[in-house]
Amino acid sequence: MPVVKVLTEGIGEVNLRDIGEYRKRGGYEQWQRVATTMSPADVIDLVSKSGLRGRGGAGFPTGRKWQFLPNNGRPRYMVCNCDEAEPGTFKDHLLLEETPHQVIEGMLIGSYAIGSNHAFIYIRGEFKRGFDIFSAAIEEARAAGMLGDNVFGGEFSIELTPHRGAGAYICGEETALLNSLEGKRGEPRLKPPFPAIKGLYGEPTVVNNVETLAFLPHIVKNGPEWFAKVGPEKSPGYKIVSVSGHVKKAGNYEVPLGTTLRELLEIAGGARDGRTIVAIQPGGGSSACLFEEDLDLSYDFDTMAAHKTMLGSGAVVFFDDTTDFVKAAHALVRFFAHESCGQCTPCREGGHWLELTLERLLHGGGLDSDIDLLVSVSHQMTGLNLCPLGDSIEPFLASVVKRFEPQFRRYVKHAEPATV
Amino acid sequence: MSVSSTNGKAPNVTFTLNGATVVARGDETILQAADRHGVEIPRLCYKDGYRPDGNCRVCMVEIEGERVLAPSCCRLPAEGMKVASTSARAKSSQTLVAELLLGDMPGQGASPYKRDSELDRWAAWLGVTAPRFPQRSQPAPDMSHPAMSVNLDACIQCGRCVRACREEQVNDVIGFAGRGDHSKIVFDLDDPMGASTCVACGECVQACPTGALMPANNVGLVEPDKKVDSACPYCGVGCLLTYNVKDNKILYVEGRNGPSNHSRLCVKGRFGFDYVHNPQRLTKPLIRRDGVPKSVALIDPDDVDKYFREATWDEALDLAAGKLRAIRDDDGPQALAGFGSAKGSNEEAYLVQKLVRTGFKTNNVDHCTRLCHASSVAALLEDVGSGAVSNQVSDVAFADVAIVIGSNPTINHPVAATFMKNAAKAGTKIILMDPRRSDLARHATYFLQFNGDTDVALLNGLMHVIVAEGLANEAFIRERTENYAALKEMVADYSPEKVAPITGIPADIIREVARLYATANAAIIFWGMGISQHVHGTDNARCLISLALLTGQIGRPGTGLHPLRGQNNVQGASDMGLIPMMYADYKRVDSEDARHKFEALWDMPLDSKPGLTVTEIMTAAHDGVIRGLYIMGENPAMSDPNVHHAREAMVKLEHVVVQEIFFTETASYADVILPATAFPEKTGTFTNTDRRVQLGRQAIDPPGDARQDWWIVQEIARRIGLDWNYSGPADVFEEIRKATPSMAGITWERLEREGSCTYPLEHEGDPGEPTIFIEAFPRKGGRGLFMPAKYTHADEMPDAEYPFIFTTGRQLEHWHTGSMTRRASVLDALEPDPVISVHPDDLTRLGLAPGDPLTLESRRGKITGYARADRGMQRGTFFMPFVYNEAAANLLTNDAVDPFGKIPEFKFCAVRASVGDWVGAAI
Ligand SMILES: Cc1cc2nc3c(=O)[nH]c(=O)nc-3n(C[C@H](O)[C@H](O)[C@H](O)COP(=O)(O)O)c2cc1C
Ligand code: SF4
Ligand code: SF4
Ligand code: SF4
Ligand code: FES
Repeated sequence: MPVVKVLTEGIGEVNLRDIGEYRKRGGYEQWQRVATTMSPADVIDLVSKSGLRGRGGAGFPTGRKWQFLPNNGRPRYMVCNCDEAEPGTFKDHLLLEETPHQVIEGMLIGSYAIGSNHAFIYIRGEFKRGFDIFSAAIEEARAAGMLGDNVFGGEFSIELTPHRGAGAYICGEETALLNSLEGKRGEPRLKPPFPAIKGLYGEPTVVNNVETLAFLPHIVKNGPEWFAKVGPEKSPGYKIVSVSGHVKKAGNYEVPLGTTLRELLEIAGGARDGRTIVAIQPGGGSSACLFEEDLDLSYDFDTMAAHKTMLGSGAVVFFDDTTDFVKAAHALVRFFAHESCGQCTPCREGGHWLELTLERLLHGGGLDSDIDLLVSVSHQMTGLNLCPLGDSIEPFLASVVKRFEPQFRRYVKHAEPATV
Repeated sequence: MSVSSTNGKAPNVTFTLNGATVVARGDETILQAADRHGVEIPRLCYKDGYRPDGNCRVCMVEIEGERVLAPSCCRLPAEGMKVASTSARAKSSQTLVAELLLGDMPGQGASPYKRDSELDRWAAWLGVTAPRFPQRSQPAPDMSHPAMSVNLDACIQCGRCVRACREEQVNDVIGFAGRGDHSKIVFDLDDPMGASTCVACGECVQACPTGALMPANNVGLVEPDKKVDSACPYCGVGCLLTYNVKDNKILYVEGRNGPSNHSRLCVKGRFGFDYVHNPQRLTKPLIRRDGVPKSVALIDPDDVDKYFREATWDEALDLAAGKLRAIRDDDGPQALAGFGSAKGSNEEAYLVQKLVRTGFKTNNVDHCTRLCHASSVAALLEDVGSGAVSNQVSDVAFADVAIVIGSNPTINHPVAATFMKNAAKAGTKIILMDPRRSDLARHATYFLQFNGDTDVALLNGLMHVIVAEGLANEAFIRERTENYAALKEMVADYSPEKVAPITGIPADIIREVARLYATANAAIIFWGMGISQHVHGTDNARCLISLALLTGQIGRPGTGLHPLRGQNNVQGASDMGLIPMMYADYKRVDSEDARHKFEALWDMPLDSKPGLTVTEIMTAAHDGVIRGLYIMGENPAMSDPNVHHAREAMVKLEHVVVQEIFFTETASYADVILPATAFPEKTGTFTNTDRRVQLGRQAIDPPGDARQDWWIVQEIARRIGLDWNYSGPADVFEEIRKATPSMAGITWERLEREGSCTYPLEHEGDPGEPTIFIEAFPRKGGRGLFMPAKYTHADEMPDAEYPFIFTTGRQLEHWHTGSMTRRASVLDALEPDPVISVHPDDLTRLGLAPGDPLTLESRRGKITGYARADRGMQRGTFFMPFVYNEAAANLLTNDAVDPFGKIPEFKFCAVRASVGDWVGAAI
């Protein structure tokens, strides 16, 4: 299965950060076309027909999300989520740094579609370079008349503001992001109400992932069928997959959805010499593991869901037979415990206790009952958190305890790793 | 802020809860509906009346068809929804939460800080005992605050304190910091509580479910013998509260859900109660020793023995009453006067004025209303026919615009201020006008820091704009007012350009504010003593009334005029006729009809001549005209302007009877001292600033031989020839209903049942009228009167010799002359010393650093206090609370009075300043 170049087209070949270079390759033509010849409803219709699903994690159909906004005459906001901090995910900052104008064009088209006159992009704090590149790109686009008042001499005005986060994974969660953007503590909000009804500054808001928005110019240009016909019917289109772990060539690979996990492994250079892949985490830190027998599954939203895991943000981590899954579990649990915003009990306390329990296990103080404790607490705490972060511990932990239980048991007795 | 369980509008919703059909009212959450149907669901971060936050997750329920569980405290049921709070999954989740939280408590067990920790209760309910997790390290206690202890090892991060501090009281002190298991509540920037900007309202303590925040000294671990529902003894807001009592001692106080406070209190109400147990309480009647003459110097309460001897009640009463009677009979009734108190109940106020009118046979009776809002009341009676507020404080929520002028509500009416701040957060535009920038400025849309003494100019300027720009409400003026032409003519002279240099407020701002007020759908005016305590106080108030009449911003919810009353019963004391020119219900003593009514009620002839006011009585005493004075619960030796003069006057009196709970400064001049009861020791009704008559109930017994005030008044009355036979407060209240038609419908039984009734309430069963003047003003003809006012100056302007302005007021932690609050341990610890607020630039100019002694001197006296830097002060002005007897602000103030209200000019006099040497000790 060949790697494709849609969003990644030109990256590494030309300097797409330069607006001139971007425009030479047809950049901003779709924005102009949208703003001067199409109605917002046309754009929404187009995107709905394309079958585009959000690339940020939940895979929610983008056109549908846009249609939730109430017609209440209030200001609306488009917010681009570039907080990218999901373990194993590194695709958005590629787009941010290498092809910022493509992201801007997507944001402009999306804003036009939902009738937002002010769009924000929330950029992960650590992406200082990306922030600078993107801010410069906004100024270039403004100078070129792509944004500002009455773009292309029409009725539509649009402002675009970049905002840097301050280093919290939780601020990628859309409502925590909105709080943070408003200058408040980055804590998820209770839902309902959803951002579409009460979002930024209490107004109707759409939060979309960078990659989701970057597809918009392409869908406008090539028409919805072009996108819809790629891959599985309900899960169509292309996807940048961040492949990492025990592979020879970790990196971002743009592929059609429906590519198999084995193909992804091959694209990434295969397993290390003499090693076999024993587990795959297919959708970022919050997804449950698949195993070697699942390598031929189609990589798409619905197949992953059918196998009790998820495509998530499109971060695939391969684990080979050298892996100490107790340590792997500890690392991930520690990550989630550390990144918990701390507002709700199960996530704040439960995550911390699980981390402590795994630590105790790793340091030789574990009890046999600790393994049941890990499974039962992570299970009990799932489904009762205020946001999905608290539910993110169970999938990986439970899947590897189940599969590699002897590794965990060995720690109780010997305080040392065991390989399968 | 609060989540009301029903708003009357949303339709009912039928759903099933654990298989049973349940109907939720309006916008009730699942939890609230469950509560009403007797289905218990655990909850921790939820607190009735607060915004539900949904963070603790102990109230989770399973909803059919939903992947994840839902917090029942936040979730609204939908028609036909199937909800389970007791399913295996719901229970397992609730149990896990309780287990995790219990595992994080000290010793993984019951809260060591609170008897009735909500966590303990629900953990037991869920059957959680031993958590399965290791104990983790715990934060250290913070004991830096005198009133509250912080033990975050018992904190469950429920955020109730955060909502308490930020959303209810809007003090913005507590926040969350850190993430994950590091997340914790912090005061300001993680400061110790005692060093933070905390104003000690105690709302957080009241909100905390586990005792992590508690009143200091572990009182939460003691089981009270009884809880007594009562009211707060301090300010006119009229908060309701509950006394927790053990062994005749108040352990702690909790806010109660009263109509004027929604369970909120301020530092005084919550933590300022132990004055009642102070060892300096008077417990025996005292009689001045023979041969110990009076002098102007104050007597140290610990030295009382040198000047007074103990006596029996009979001896003391016989002497007190006998001498009063002798003076009346020898020198005539006009040689006697009586002061009642706005701290006393309505019943006590009524009895005191009746004693003076029928026993002393004079109208020389007054109280401290003379010193606070007499001018406001004079203007209101004159122009709109009623001296009380037109709308209640809570109306600010319905106002688009609220003018707050000459008032520092976060200090003086702290709980009323919380409602203003709540409204501001919800969109009400606050226009704060004050020479001193107070905390409310942070919440205001406009803050006009006008030059002191220029109120009339500023207000006339606003009215000029309203008239000139055609924003006056012509229909209202035509149908409901009179004398408009005169007002129009007067304000024509006050263009914004002319007023700007006088007031220091730019002309454009005057225009903007005038437009904002005039064009609001509903706009209300609150004012305080910054308006009233001037020689032009009545004129100031007249301007505010005119502003409301001119724009028709009166007679509807969210509009009107609200002079924020000072004392807890200053409204009631005036209503009771504890003033020299009027009987109860503001019936003039020089009106034939009124006099006949009261002569009939009291069955004796009455004096038709209005009596003397507080300040006039002092002058008459000085001049030897008044010879005998009965003082019940007032402290003129601290509270009167030019107080040295007042003290001299009292020295000259032949006979002074002081009925008090402490040996006050005034007691230094007494001949007989009668030990009385403090607020928590008595039962009676008190009328707050909102015209709410509320019941204070006795919680503890008075100390020693101290007696009920009503009893003492009655005993004096009997001894000067009156045939009184009241059996107690309820009996007196029955007579009040006859004397006061506007309260005639309030029954004692209803007060006992409801705790609070708003008057006018003329007929039993009426609901009471929160908004008045809806159709007419209670004046002859029913119209409101425009009384134009001309801009004039204070009596004493700064000059070369006395170049600074001196202004006085109160401070949050203390009450008036400090007789109670300086004897309340927490309040005294928070503000122990006399402070003078000064702009930092003036401090530099005087060569002083904050905390240095500063001496101020006026033409009347000289005091030294500690300088406190305050950027809210205008340069050239000093502010001082009149609490401290070692530096009594009233030694400096001017006793010039407003010609109508007879209120002294506490807010403005001229002083000079110098580096002080030392500050004396409190006496
Ligand atoms: C803990 C957490 C972290 C998340 N981080 C990100 C992120 O970094 N970037 C992102 O696009 N979405 C992230 N999401 C998902 C967003 O909440 C949201 O669903 C997404 O931005 C929607 O965009 P889409 O519809 O285009 O996918 C996160 C969700 C959770 C629960
Ligand atoms: S689940 Fe965790 S991250 Fe999400 S709101 Fe709760 S504490 Fe915060
Ligand atoms: S006592 Fe009042 S001001 Fe102080 S922290 Fe608590 S709620 Fe805030
Ligand atoms: S201190 Fe008390 S109220 Fe505040 S978060 Fe902790 S447990 Fe809750
Ligand atoms: S009580 Fe509902 S989440 Fe805490």
